Amino acid sequence: MQAPVPTPPSHAAKLTIPGDQMAVRNGLRALFDTILLRSLPEDGRGTAEIVLAEALNNIVEHAYSSHDGEIEITLQLRQNELVCKISDTGLPMPDEKLPAGILAPLEPPTDLPEGGFGWHLIRTLSKDLDYRRENGRNLLSFRLDTQQCGD
Amino acid sequence: MELVAEQRGEILVVRAMDDRIDAAGAIQFKDRMRELTLAACPRVVLDMSRVAFLDSSGLGAVVAVMKALGPDRKLELSNLTTTVQKVFRLTRMDTVFTIHDHLPEDVRQAS
Repeated sequence: MQAPVPTPPSHAAKLTIPGDQMAVRNGLRALFDTILLRSLPEDGRGTAEIVLAEALNNIVEHAYSSHDGEIEITLQLRQNELVCKISDTGLPMPDEKLPAGILAPLEPPTDLPEGGFGWHLIRTLSKDLDYRRENGRNLLSFRLDTQQCGD
Repeated sequence: MELVAEQRGEILVVRAMDDRIDAAGAIQFKDRMRELTLAACPRVVLDMSRVAFLDSSGLGAVVAVMKALGPDRKLELSNLTTTVQKVFRLTRMDTVFTIHDHLPEDVRQAS
């Protein structure tokens, strides 16, 4: 894994990682150690880590379920927003559409869901969520409010 | 995934020592919790003060641990950090778990 490259001073960061769980963990650690993300308020940083982690884990789990590949992450700070772009060469989303991200009903204690939280978190915390399939690549983009909790 | 367990009266306190429970460590977390909770203990309190980050796989693992304890035993959580709290709140899992701001008083006194 290469170190995140901070292009013009601290407004942007770009990182390419292998599409596996450990690389996602280490990649997030590296990204959140950049000046760009360290400059965000704690709440905005937490929100960004939640959404990025869910988006990246989803690519590892689904897009790269049958073959290996890389994930490219580009972050750009514009005023009070973090513009995030993530691309991979894995399998497309089913029907080339983003999952709805609706939480399963909570019926404790026996029927509690153990998954299906990821897209709900992404959709709740991000803005302008967009997915496109282009030339064999998945392109996911969204914006994050860096000043508010987002919920 | 390092977890340290300590029996305090009828409560088993498990302290998560790592700073994250994520997709890369969720299965290990689940397995280790299962080992630690084999002993008969009516209440299990997971101290999450060191866990700065939890993703949806980590949350799923915590839910799985609670379900594995069965109907007669409880998994309680304590000392959730800001980002972890947010994940519980947004998934409404904060309504399912007993969440303490600090380790319960009776546990602290017994220590």
